[in-house]
Amino acid sequence: MSELEKNAEAAEVAEVPEEALNEPLYFDMEPKDGASAHIRSFPAVEEFQEQLGYPGERPENWQEVALAKMDELRGKFRSFRLFLDICVKCGACTDKCHYYMGTSDPKNMPVGRQDLLRSVYRRYFTLPGKWFPSLVGARELTEEVLDEWYTYYFQCSECRRCSVFCPYGIDTAEITMAAREILDSVGYGMKYTNEIITKVFKVGNNLGLPKPALESTLEDLEEEIEEDTGVKVRLPLDEPADILLVTPSADFFAEPHIDGLIGYAKVFHAAGVKWTISSYASEAANFGMFIGSYENMRRIALRIRKAAIDLGVKRIIIGECGHAWRAAYSFLNTLAGPFDFLDPKYPVPQHICEFTWDLIQQGKLKFDKSQNDHLKLTFHDSCNVARASRMGDYPGGQFDIPRNIIKAVCNHYYEMPEGTTHEATLCCGGGGGLLTDDLMELRKKGGSPRMKALKQVRDEYGVNKMAAICAICKAQFTKIMPEHGFAVDDIMSVHQLVSNAIILPGSIQEKELMEEQGQAADAAE
Amino acid sequence: MSAGFYEVNGKQVPHDEEGYITNLSDWSKELAEVIAKQEGIDMTEEHWDVVNFLREYYDEYQIAPAIRVLVKAIKKKFGPEKGNNKYLYELFPYGPAKQACKIAGLPKPTGCV
Repeated sequence: MSELEKNAEAAEVAEVPEEALNEPLYFDMEPKDGASAHIRSFPAVEEFQEQLGYPGERPENWQEVALAKMDELRGKFRSFRLFLDICVKCGACTDKCHYYMGTSDPKNMPVGRQDLLRSVYRRYFTLPGKWFPSLVGARELTEEVLDEWYTYYFQCSECRRCSVFCPYGIDTAEITMAAREILDSVGYGMKYTNEIITKVFKVGNNLGLPKPALESTLEDLEEEIEEDTGVKVRLPLDEPADILLVTPSADFFAEPHIDGLIGYAKVFHAAGVKWTISSYASEAANFGMFIGSYENMRRIALRIRKAAIDLGVKRIIIGECGHAWRAAYSFLNTLAGPFDFLDPKYPVPQHICEFTWDLIQQGKLKFDKSQNDHLKLTFHDSCNVARASRMGDYPGGQFDIPRNIIKAVCNHYYEMPEGTTHEATLCCGGGGGLLTDDLMELRKKGGSPRMKALKQVRDEYGVNKMAAICAICKAQFTKIMPEHGFAVDDIMSVHQLVSNAIILPGSIQEKELMEEQGQAADAAE
Repeated sequence: MSAGFYEVNGKQVPHDEEGYITNLSDWSKELAEVIAKQEGIDMTEEHWDVVNFLREYYDEYQIAPAIRVLVKAIKKKFGPEKGNNKYLYELFPYGPAKQACKIAGLPKPTGCV
């Protein structure tokens, strides 16, 4: 496509659609009791419970077991106990949850969600609750309460947006995680999360992608890159290397995830480093975190350690995955450390965006930004990257670095409205283990605030693509964006943009660019 | 939907809550037609090409292929006008991986997909 044609196409997509929305960003906030009480995910079957070390069925003395677990957790995690104790019901959080905005169910208000568990905690673990339960909103742990926990603690994506607005910093995600761990301890787990963790233990990744399939997919991608660029770019598997790339298995399977993987491979190639993927640790995601299970989280994290030792690497780099980056950045060392066998010159672990941005700053990557001129980009901050981790060596690096990369490879970049980005970013609606078909209604409703923010920049600036660095966000948006007038491929990987623009040494693109520049120089003379 | 049975030629074939068959060996062409109908899909030759490819791939690798691999295989066989994502979504509106897998009698791909 010529430059002229591309510009013409860009102008076309930039046209503001007629049905431009003038609605306010948020929703009618009138609470509707029980509005999402019917939305329930499928519980896990016995097999998946037992693989994770939980009972397959509800024990007879389940109340005793559940309360003992709550007691254990309040002793182990001071934050959990503190969060249950200090809420003053100020109401600052009430309209901050995307699931509340989308469903209007008051039990999806962060304080409402916390109170489902707080009320039981008060009854059994505080003096006023033991003596005067009705005066302090304390209640017995009954079967109805347990069912209500299951329903509403699987309507929280653990995105922690509410914690930003709470004057005490109460983190509902921690309460949700504890509730899920208690539910699991009485055999009441969730099918989607627990089946997936079982697959990690059996096969090495969430998808259940066995080594021969992974090998064949990577070979296919190598062929594809060579066809496109004329350069032999490798995607090595289980080879001795300096860098171990641990990335979500969706990067080997889904769109636009796989385009991001192609981007990482091109960056590694241009950097001239020796890297590898491991079939044993072919998963960056750690769903153990979603269900609040320290033990399962640790079992998954230890696979990364083993792969790093077996392959003799010096560095670990994590691919585009939101909660995986939290699990890696904040917990990997505690769960599976010490990593004293890695090269101390580099962060342990490092994010692929940090790696790429570092190379860009050193001038080691060459780009033709015009390759992305038909795109008008915005960036969706993923919750776990934004609020539970950092990138680079200064606060806020996790916001700047992905944006810096996008701006280095694209000419048209726009921000979504303030209050919906950075620390206050809205969840995609599918995080925290809710990215399952049986919760599609919730996912659509929970994703609607983000969609509204996106429509604003579409209408104001003609934005036609949104980029993200999280496998869950990407999969969720491919499902919900078509419902809001966007195309299934209007969500992109950040490294897909890098892949589009990068000029590999000796590539067809390099030759074309040199010819173009030569012609331009001739014309100027 | 809840777990239950598909009725095929007077035989009952068990499926899970989402309509994926429980025993992969229960699959037959007649069953595929039944599942497709429930999904609101009228099986054409084009649908069968995708379903057959998925089953062959699964036989070899014990998993469904990545969308990209599927697109490429279709492209190779039927040309570029069919070898693209859009075409596959037209055939299987709920996503070629999950919906086509269900009809092909394969397990549902899990994870962040």
